[in-house]
Amino acid sequence: KCPRVSPVVTLCYCFVSPQIRVKPDNTGVVTDGVKHSMNPFCEIAVEEAVKLKEKKLIKEVVAVSCGPQQSQETIRTALAMGADRGIHVDVSGKDYENLGPLQVSKILAALAKQEDAQLILLGKQAIDDDCNQTGQMTAALLDWPQGTFASEVSLEGDKINLVREIDGGLEHIKINTPAVITADLRLNTPRYATLPNIMKAKKKKIATVKPADLGVDLTSRLEVLKVEEPPQREAGMKVETVEDLVVKLKEAGRV
Amino acid sequence: MAGLFQRALRLRTALRCLYDYSTLSRSTATLSPVDFHRPFLTCSSEQVLASTRKLHAGAEGSKVSPSAAPERLPFCRVTEEDLAFFRKILPGRTIVDPDLVEPSNVDWLKSVRGSSEVLLRPQTTEEVSQILRWMVTKSTERCLSSHQTFSHVLFSSYSYCNSRNLAVNPQGGNTGLVGGSVPVYDEIILSTSLMNKILNFDSISGVLTCQAGCVLENLSFYLEERDYIMPLDLGAKGSCQIGGNVATNAGGLRLLRYGSLHGTVLGLELVLADGQVLDCLSTLRKDNTGYDLKQLFIGSEGTLGVITAVSILCPRKPKSVNVVFLGCETFEQLLKTFQLCKGMLGEILSAFEFLDSECMRLLNTHLKLPNPISDCPFYIVIETSGSDPTHDAQKLHNFLEDAMTSSLVSDGTVATEEAKIKALWSLRERVTEALTHDGFTYKYDISLPVERIYQLVTDMRKHLGNQAKSVVGYGHVGDGNLHLNVTSPSKDPALLAAIEPFVYEWTASCRGSISAEHGLGLKKRNYIYYSKQSQAVALMGNIKAMLDPKGILNPYKTLPDNLKQ
Repeated sequence: KCPRVSPVVTLCYCFVSPQIRVKPDNTGVVTDGVKHSMNPFCEIAVEEAVKLKEKKLIKEVVAVSCGPQQSQETIRTALAMGADRGIHVDVSGKDYENLGPLQVSKILAALAKQEDAQLILLGKQAIDDDCNQTGQMTAALLDWPQGTFASEVSLEGDKINLVREIDGGLEHIKINTPAVITADLRLNTPRYATLPNIMKAKKKKIATVKPADLGVDLTSRLEVLKVEEPPQREAGMKVETVEDLVVKLKEAGRV
Repeated sequence: MAGLFQRALRLRTALRCLYDYSTLSRSTATLSPVDFHRPFLTCSSEQVLASTRKLHAGAEGSKVSPSAAPERLPFCRVTEEDLAFFRKILPGRTIVDPDLVEPSNVDWLKSVRGSSEVLLRPQTTEEVSQILRWMVTKSTERCLSSHQTFSHVLFSSYSYCNSRNLAVNPQGGNTGLVGGSVPVYDEIILSTSLMNKILNFDSISGVLTCQAGCVLENLSFYLEERDYIMPLDLGAKGSCQIGGNVATNAGGLRLLRYGSLHGTVLGLELVLADGQVLDCLSTLRKDNTGYDLKQLFIGSEGTLGVITAVSILCPRKPKSVNVVFLGCETFEQLLKTFQLCKGMLGEILSAFEFLDSECMRLLNTHLKLPNPISDCPFYIVIETSGSDPTHDAQKLHNFLEDAMTSSLVSDGTVATEEAKIKALWSLRERVTEALTHDGFTYKYDISLPVERIYQLVTDMRKHLGNQAKSVVGYGHVGDGNLHLNVTSPSKDPALLAAIEPFVYEWTASCRGSISAEHGLGLKKRNYIYYSKQSQAVALMGNIKAMLDPKGILNPYKTLPDNLKQ
């Protein structure tokens, strides 16, 4: 008997440009004019949710994104991939700069209660800040079980079988619903959003809410002291013989 | 004085005879197996190996086929003295080890193989100049320095000057598809791979000046950091070099938007056949002072001069790039989509490519690349490049809506980020690679009136029936350029006879070009008459004779065999 869960998929709107520059005042990185789009791991989460819906194991897929007006694009992409409706949590300006995993998890927790969600699917981490905290914090706030780094997900009754990719290998666990799952790279290959679906997605609804409406306080408990570039990689050196190598190593104080 | 010359004449003949026997025979007779057993020939094992290789090359193709190699012309063979000279000019960069020379003897398609024994890797234009000067003539100064007596000098200079001519095969990235980049016999390979310095970049005018051996992709990376891009782009970008691109007037994926190298190359530095350095390396956008010589060398395939440096005009890097992958039911719909595209996306359109369902099948099978949309008979790759993402997205959205509602297009997908854009482009760029996995490929690069492009593919399929394994069509439909490819499990002379001259006659009947962008090289040199009048070809021959009287630059290529050399 399959549970009629309705998952909430949360999407990160982050920058995906390969060339990032640190701001001259070292308070952060330059985000103006830098290409932003859906976090690759979140794409995988959306794909998984849509697949579960296609298997008729879940009822509805809701795509959520927290950020400025532009993050609605990301929701549109998720809708084009097969999500049913979207929720845009409007956060902009200074609030957006300070938006971190703790704030996002509070928002998600509030939304989950409001929507009566049974499953929250997220990417394991955002590729701009690499925090890998949102999923875990959300589960803790809701007191739900969590299946992180998922590379395989299957629903069995009202339980979820998960395979997790961990340092030691693959871990198989079984957790109860409602639950939080974070997607890892090998969970699936996200589909391309095809034109007919892109056209259909334009008609799907995206509701906008403010964090205050959800009763969430966005003040950050972290203060960024400094952001700087990693040390420049120096050129290597080629030597002709093993003796030369030993001499060079001694010179560099490595031996 | 007269007596001296009389003796010189006799000695010259005597020396020439000695010369004959001290190296492998210079005779132009076909190298049959019998020749290798001539007892008076002192062959080194290297030379035997080289000759055997050449024999295999000769035995493969039919002697009757116009694309097979012609007989070896009477160039000199490489001697120890030549090697000593090269080693002096290029220390450590004169390669004679057969294992190291071998990759440069075979083309990318593994369809032609030469038997060169020497690979030279100069780093500067001056080195190239010295090498070519040596190839054609041996100067008296050199004679004087290496010989004792005056008379001896005179005799040796008489015997060498006229006979010293060594054939040269300039080679860049060796990605050419018509056998133009590898030797046919033992031509010395002159590789530009070490001439890979960027000389200058002007960020205001966008003019890049660099040596001929710079790899196209590396130039792209360099320019992208400075907010510019190369005006040309092709699938071989990771290996091909700009000198080779210019020598073959490469077209590529961006020609639709930025034009051909005839327009974007502003200057060239070349070394002519006699070693003279021709400096036409201007960076001016406009210069109408006299005949525009560089145009002669662009597309000359290394037969008129060796390109050593290029200055090229580069466009700004677009702020917004979108790639659309569409599916069409019929070729007519594809052409209507092209018209719609030009009308609605005209100023931001930067590429319009197509591939057929057979290509998709090969990509799925051999490279495991999945189809991003549903199966359709034809696929289009459209790229837009503009300066404003919002404007471009709006234009694209309008175009796609129109295309879908008028049912010109049955399915499609859009990509706006790097990773997805690369993935969609690879579906078009890697067709060539997929074909190599399908078997032996016969490649045809044809220019036709746009509306007739696919007719050739359909007619070819009907004509060949079961003889061929796959017959595919893809290419730069926006430029009227079809890449027709036929594969078979292995080289099949009967299949080749069925394809040629059918394909060339078909093309000629539409006044098309039998080689739109690949050039003539070795394989297509004799088909030039299908697309060019004989007077024009004769004039080409005259120009070649003027610039390279001994014919040492990339012999056996580009111009047909029946032209008087």
